[in-house]
Formats: sequence, C-alpha cells, structure tokens
Amino acid sequence: MYSQGLIGADGRTTESEEFLARFQARIDAEEKIEPTDAMPEGYRRTLVRQIGQHAHSEIVGMLPEGNWITRAPSLRRKAALLAKVQDEGGHGLYLYCAAETLGVSREEMTEELLSGKAKYSSIFNYPTLSWADIGIIGWLVDGAAIMNQIPLCRCSFGPYARAMIRVCKEESFHQRQGYELCMSLAFGTPEQKAMVQDALNRWWWPSIMMFGPHDADSQHSDQSMAWKIKRFSNDELRQKFIDATVPQAEYLGLTLPDPDLKWNEEKGGYDHGPIDWSEFWRVVKGQGPMARDRIKARKKAWDDGAWVREAALAHAEKRRARKMAAE
Amino acid sequence: MAVWEALIELADDHLVLGHRVSEWCGHAPMLEEDLAMPNMALDMIGTSRTLYCRAGELEGKGRDEDAIAYLRNEREYRNCLLVERPNEDFAHTMLRQLYFAAFMKPFWDAALVSSDEVVRGVAGKAGKEMAYHIRHAGEWVIRLGDGTEESARRMREAVDALSIYVDELFDSSDAAQDAEAAGVLPKRSEMRAAFDKVIEDVFAEALLELPEVPFGQRGGRSGQHGEGLGHMLAEMQSLHRAHPGATW
Amino acid sequence: MVQTTPLWEVFIRPRNGLSHKHVGSIHAADEVLALQAARDVYTRRGEGNSIWVVRSADIHASDPDQAAENFEPTADKIYRHPTFYEIPEEVGHM
Ligand SMILES: [Fe+2]
Ligand SMILES: [Fe+2]
Ligand SMILES: [Fe+2]
Repeated sequence: MYSQGLIGADGRTTESEEFLARFQARIDAEEKIEPTDAMPEGYRRTLVRQIGQHAHSEIVGMLPEGNWITRAPSLRRKAALLAKVQDEGGHGLYLYCAAETLGVSREEMTEELLSGKAKYSSIFNYPTLSWADIGIIGWLVDGAAIMNQIPLCRCSFGPYARAMIRVCKEESFHQRQGYELCMSLAFGTPEQKAMVQDALNRWWWPSIMMFGPHDADSQHSDQSMAWKIKRFSNDELRQKFIDATVPQAEYLGLTLPDPDLKWNEEKGGYDHGPIDWSEFWRVVKGQGPMARDRIKARKKAWDDGAWVREAALAHAEKRRARKMAAE
Repeated sequence: MAVWEALIELADDHLVLGHRVSEWCGHAPMLEEDLAMPNMALDMIGTSRTLYCRAGELEGKGRDEDAIAYLRNEREYRNCLLVERPNEDFAHTMLRQLYFAAFMKPFWDAALVSSDEVVRGVAGKAGKEMAYHIRHAGEWVIRLGDGTEESARRMREAVDALSIYVDELFDSSDAAQDAEAAGVLPKRSEMRAAFDKVIEDVFAEALLELPEVPFGQRGGRSGQHGEGLGHMLAEMQSLHRAHPGATW
Repeated sequence: MVQTTPLWEVFIRPRNGLSHKHVGSIHAADEVLALQAARDVYTRRGEGNSIWVVRSADIHASDPDQAAENFEPTADKIYRHPTFYEIPEEVGHM
C-alpha cells in the first residue's frame, strides 16, 4: 500500500521546447508512454523516484503488519493476514519491475532504500501496538492507498499503470478484510472495542497525512499532474478519503479523534481540524518512531540473504558451464 | 486411543511448520521468496484447519479449530520434532521443508483411499501441495548444496542438524495405529521407500552426502518437545488467551 | 559491485484455447527458479494453467526510432482490408 504525494521529485528537464511540446501532446491525447519511447529526462527521473518510493513503501509496509502474523488470534485471521502481507510483497515486486523498465536495477533501488537515501511512505514508521492496528491499517491505510492508486491505473507511463491495475485488483480484499476485522472488535467485548478505538486514535492522523502536504505547499505536483503521473491533487484525494471514512466509522460506533470534524453542507464534504505538519515532516525525514527499526530489519534480511542469492547465481553458472560442456 | 487424536498429530505438524515458515514473511533472502514461503505456509495452515475441525467433530466435545490450536500447551501439542525446529537460516528452512514434504507427499497419496471422507478431501489437495513443496525446497537444496563454498557449508550444517529428526516421521503413535487400523490414515512406516528416493535424488544433485544418523530423536508425539516450541506457542497463543471467549 | 540476479519476463495462459499473455517480470538465477517464482508470484488467484518465462535480455525489440518506417507504411494499404471491396447487397453476407 502506498499513498503519498511524491517526496522531493525533481521534474526539471533540459530538452528543447519543441521536444517537450511533442511529448506533452502525446500525454494530452492520453497516449501511454512505453519505456523505450523518447521522454524528457525529468519525466524519467520523476517516475523512477515515484515508482521506487511506492515499491519501497510496499516492502517496508510488510513489517508493521508482519509483526502480528505470529500472534493472530484465530487461524482464519492468521491465514488472511499472511496472504495480505504476501500481497504487499507482490506489490513491491511488480513495482520494482516497472521501475526497472526505466533502466534502474532492483539491487540499486534496494541499496538506496537501505542507505536511507530513498524515501517510503511515512505511515510505516509507526508501530503496530495491538491486534486492532491490523484492522485499522487495512481499513484506513489500504483504504487511503486505494484512493491514490485507482487513478494511477491511468498513469501516463504504461508499465506503472499496468502494475497498478494488478495491485488495485488485490488491494480491494485488503480494505475489506481490515474493516471486517474492525467490525469483529467494535462489536465484540468491551476490551476489544477499546482496543480498536485506541488503534483508530493512533492511526487516524497519520492516515490523513499519507496524502501528503496541502496542495498549496506541494512543490512538485503541477509538473506531475501535467505529465499525468499524478491525476488528482493531495487535497482532493484526502477529502475523498475523509468523506468515505466518516460514515464507516459511525457504523462501527467509533469516534474519529478530530473534534473539528464536521459536515460542511456548502462544499458537500467534511471539514477537518488542522494537521500537524511538523510531525509529518519529522516522520518523512526519518524521525518516525520506528524508522530505524524498519530499515534495520530490511537491511538484515538483505544482508543475511546475500549468501543465498550468491549461491543461486553460482549454481546457475555451473549449470551453464555443464550444459555447454555436454553440447 | 482415538482416531481424532491422530488427526490432531497431523494437524499440529502442519500448523507448527506453517507457523515457522510464516516467520520468514518480510525477511526472506529475496522478494520472490517473500512470496513463495507464505504460499507454503498457507498450504500447511489450511490443511491444519481442516484437520482440527474434523478432529473436533470426531471428538464430539464442541471444540473448534481455534480451541484446539490456541488452548493447548506444549505438553499437549503432538507434532513431530522436525517441524518445530527453528528457521535458523534459509538452508535449514528449505531442508526441513524438503524432509517434511518428502514424507507427506506419499502419505497423502496413500490417504486418498481413507475411510474418512474429510481425510480423503485433504489428501487430494495436500498431496499436490506437497509435490510442489518438494520441488521448490528440493531445487533450493540443490542450489545451496552445489552453489558457493559458504552455501555448501551451511547446507551440510543443516543436514547435520535436522537429519536426527527424520526417523520420527515414520513412527506411528498409539493413536496413529488406531487410525491406521480403522483405515483412516496410511501406515507411516510404509512411506520410507518413497521418502528415501526423493532425498537420495536431491542430495545426489546437491552434492550432499547422505548422513549417518546414530540416534534418531523422538518424543513429539508424546509431548516431549524441544524448548523452542513453548516459546512459539506462547507467542502464537498470547492474544487469544488474553481474551477468553472473545471472537475474532 | 552488487551482483544482479537476472530479470525474466513472465507469460501466462489463463486457460486452454487462449495464448500466453505477458503478465509481468521476476528475478531469478536460472530458468527453474524463474518458473517457480512466476508460479508463486503470478498465479496466486487462479490466473492460469501454463507459464512461460523468457530472460528479459533475450528479448529483441524493434527500435522505437524505427517505428515510423516499420509501422506507418501499412496505413495506406487499405486494399488489405475487406471493407475496401464493394459487394452488392443482393449477394448476401461475405
Ligand atoms: Fe494493501
Ligand atoms: Fe500500495
Ligand atoms: Fe499494497
């Protein structure tokens, strides 16, 4: 899952006006751009970074939910959670492959993640403290991700759009299983209900921050919108998400931790209270409560797995040599 | 001893190993394995659920799959020792899977004619799953055994560590013997030839020597486990047990 | 330098009677692992009954710079299409 205005994109580009105009005309005609097509350097760079950030988010996102696989309270939940976390790994995999069509290798992208150079969705730098967090993540975080990802299925870059179509098909089960899990708690024992309310209190603000800074403060949005790498603004998506979520919370009998949240008849949507952007930027810049642990866990998996990857390559080499010798 | 107890032994094997394999999720050596290992874990957890349900039915005391899985302690678990061994590294994990699947594949094939309808159903599904686990784990054992110096060393260490738990797979407890007599489960000792054939073929390609096992460790079927299982169950059951009677 | 595991393109036949269709890519050291990875990644929801994998490096693609000379000359060969030919209605469907 992922949903965040791209952090630190750099759409600057040096091609001729004429080249850029021709490219823009293709985009405006809703033509898809394929990897071998001529494209502005800024377009390529923006995509590599955005797809990379998205892929990293899926992979790092396996960790907070993976934290509860071994403690899932029923076998049915255990299987569903395992399948869900597995899906997230698949999303990362599809996306790395989409980025690879632009000439970066998965290994390079992984190095960037592990060195702290590449960013990923800030939401995964919060800890999963109770079982209810698993439900809330499915409901809110996957829900927010779907809002962001459905438009990405129409992104101008073919491989990204195709990956997103596959991802979105799988995501629909994530949000539903999350909400169903929340239902089991909200309608369960008083302790279970308290557990899910507590989780909602902790995840609500980070979830709505996931859509990224307000449009007015989002530096790189315009170029990305023009290139149709991004198709809705951060605030539009955030509004859509809040409007969809409020009645869902009401159904559960849960309270959203925002006293200023109220229906605005005039705009036909909910108004919300101020977002603590200092927290957002702190977490994006690596000061989230779990940031170090997340990267450490990924680094450990990568380093501990090096001998396995090397062995597979060494064996493949031997097989090739044997086959050649036999021919 | 009752037939349902034999089904619990089998279910425990699948749940404990499924749980162990699921511990890898998000920490595998490569992303492709982050997807492959949950597939295997889900196969095994699925099998355990059907078997627990059937055991609960046959027992007739109203226990469902979760009551059986979450409310027994390590002395009451009946899995064989092999499946509870810790993941250690990828070599251990793949060899453990190969040993288990090489036993279970012929077992499920023979169980296709079980006198119990549910067991026949499981056998049809699980036999295919185990055939794939043999291939997946087997191909990795081959690559690690005949890969680099380090991978070969790790593979040999895994053989050394795990081969002492193989013999127990072929033992039938009192409950299993009763299930065999009732035609519900096949005789475990009859799987030896098929098992040996798989292991010999894979080891030959992996350039691994077949180990001499001076003494096969046993005890799982009577609840005499290693120390690790208690920790695994403590973790697995903690939330469920903290909320008695809650539904999830 | 980091060793890179080769990239493979995955093609899946959804069911008999249909052709294999490109579904995505995976990384694997050799063709056996590639097939297994393709199975584990791309067929988790009953997507197919047959898999092909091809090393991405073994695919030869037409040059996008030659797209015009490759694909545009065909545009005016309208006589290749059935609608080019007028057949009287009385003859019936043809
Ligand atoms: Fe998701
Ligand atoms: Fe996502
Ligand atoms: Fe996802």
